[in-house]
Amino acid sequence: MKKSDLIKFYKQMLLIRRFEEKTGELILKGEIKTPCHLCIGQEAVAVGVCSALDKQDYVFSNHRGHGHYLAKGGDIKKLMAEIFCKETGCSYGRGGSMHIIAREQGFMGSAPIVAGTVSLALGAALALKIKMEKRVSVSFFGDGATGEGVLYESLNFSALKKLPLIFVCENNLYSTHLPIRECRPDIGIFKIAQPFGIKAFQIDGNDVLKIYETAKKAKKMCLVSKGPVFIECLTYRQSGHVGPNDRIQSENKDIRPKREVEAWKKKDPVKRIRNLIIDKKVLESQKLEKIEKEIEKEVEEAYKFAKSSPICKKEEINKYVFNQE
Amino acid sequence: MSLTKNKISYSLAINQALIQLIKSDGSIVLLGQGVKSPWYVGNTSRDLVKRFGEKRVIDTPVSENAVTGIGLGLALAGSRAVVVHPRMDFMLYAMDPIINQAANWNYMYGGGIKVPLVIWGIINRGGEQGAQHSQALYGIFSHIPGLKVVMPSNPYDAKGLMISAVYDNNPVIFIDDRWLYNLEQEVPEEIYRVPIGKAEIKREGKDITIVSASYMLNESLKASDELNKKGIYPEVIDLKTIKPLDADLILKSVKKTGRLLIADASWKSFGVSSEISALVSENALSSLKAPVKRLCLYDAPAPASSQLEKAYYLTKDDIIREVKNILK
Ligand SMILES: Cc1ncc(C[n+]2csc(CCOP(=O)(O)OP(=O)(O)O)c2C)c(N)n1
Ligand SMILES: [Mg+2]
Repeated sequence: MKKSDLIKFYKQMLLIRRFEEKTGELILKGEIKTPCHLCIGQEAVAVGVCSALDKQDYVFSNHRGHGHYLAKGGDIKKLMAEIFCKETGCSYGRGGSMHIIAREQGFMGSAPIVAGTVSLALGAALALKIKMEKRVSVSFFGDGATGEGVLYESLNFSALKKLPLIFVCENNLYSTHLPIRECRPDIGIFKIAQPFGIKAFQIDGNDVLKIYETAKKAKKMCLVSKGPVFIECLTYRQSGHVGPNDRIQSENKDIRPKREVEAWKKKDPVKRIRNLIIDKKVLESQKLEKIEKEIEKEVEEAYKFAKSSPICKKEEINKYVFNQE
Repeated sequence: MSLTKNKISYSLAINQALIQLIKSDGSIVLLGQGVKSPWYVGNTSRDLVKRFGEKRVIDTPVSENAVTGIGLGLALAGSRAVVVHPRMDFMLYAMDPIINQAANWNYMYGGGIKVPLVIWGIINRGGEQGAQHSQALYGIFSHIPGLKVVMPSNPYDAKGLMISAVYDNNPVIFIDDRWLYNLEQEVPEEIYRVPIGKAEIKREGKDITIVSASYMLNESLKASDELNKKGIYPEVIDLKTIKPLDADLILKSVKKTGRLLIADASWKSFGVSSEISALVSENALSSLKAPVKRLCLYDAPAPASSQLEKAYYLTKDDIIREVKNILK
């Protein structure tokens, strides 16, 4: 691994972490109202996968999409503005946190209907194949999405047509309040791809290097018609299902065992890459701290931009129902 | 009959109905996402799993299509099934079991088949949730032959209509609105039924008929109370059941008042308001002193921005303004 890659990964992961933390803070302060599914604890998946992609590759995302958007190069100011539901947001304030997009970066959209964007990623992959372009399409979804039939239809179709598609399942062991063992008879999700002859990996979802390498391999396979590829990343969300915690009217409704939460915090992906950088003497901590300050500044600027941006105009409520071109 | 009263919220009225139903009838099964969650479906399913166990009350994976079909299969095999969708937007994955299968089942085999299935969908909008978490799709289901659609506006009807829906031998779409969950009312403690297919006059009046249901009915009542102070007396009808529509009651009222405002908190085009308007133009045109007016959502997806939400959703003030315009 190149030293510059390690630093790049760390910067991106920390940016996502600080962005999500800031968002959580603003939710508690009441400045943000749109429901936000924060990805704190899962940053390595977004950064590892998107680092293996080019700008021209497609990404489709789900409800927990801020990290995917940022890792794919989406504009941080436009994201924060969208979370503030302002006219300057990436979806012009119409979408909120759950419907974000950065098409210029190949981030084709996120949507909160569970498994709702999986088949869309197939369609984009099919378009690439028809046009014989050397690019791939990526579908991010959670363990909960394995309950939906469309995922299995998509596994079949993509295998049948050998699509340049990477399925990325972020298995954080919970689907809202249900632990995975109450949703599935077998918790090894990667196995669902195997009957279709799809190459499938199950990897540590908090190890950004491993994720990056696996995604790079997957992309390579896709480009020589050995796709699709399925990657299951084992990870954990450190925040609530929606918002910074699952406190509802001051009562803690998080049903996850405290010990489990604490154990996973020890495997924090951001700390892990930071420690690696220090251990390998890639950068000394002074330089790291400088980077960290810069990232905090970037997040703060995004917040200021969002806060001072104009609100949506009532008269324009119907503006985007149809494309007028 | 003297009924014991208890003052409870709309959501707990549904909870009470379910508890009493499941307790009194061993053939009833409730299934869907979140029935054992401390936050998912409000407190409509409070203590159900604890009381009745996971055989009768089943929390499911995220599999709307299959789970709805399972509900239908249960119903065909002799259970009375209630399938809950914590948001009706998610129900769109289940359009096939609802529309192709459940709605048609009795007819396409020449009758004689009981389909005691309740498909319960919750409208849960506002709060900057945006297009996929805000839809009120009852118009679609009302379009389909073979489906009944009910939409209670208060705790009494919520409990009584849930009980009627469960005991109906046809597929019933039961739609409640999260905005009503804290609304409180005295409700009989016993099991009782509110008939499907019957609307109700909530305020007698003479100047104009206002037709609405569910959340919007409550706004209509508030509007009516304020209009009374100005000497305007609307007759307010709570549809309670969207399908089959209580045409008689609507027509009788319109013939009396000569004016009609339909306040419907969903989209205008090809919706419930269109149907009621057509009903009146076919059957009571000569009684009308003014054109029928419809107050509905813009034909646009739900925006996230709270400023736009404010412009998008309807309130009593919109109703008051429309009534005054019609009476001008
Ligand atoms: C079709 C549909 N059904 C239900 C929901 C409600 N819902 C939102 S997120 C979620 C759980 C998803 O779990 P998972 O896919 O593992 O993602 P995670 O939240 O763990 O990141 C559910 C059931 C939904 N958004 N869409
Ligand atoms: Mg999950």
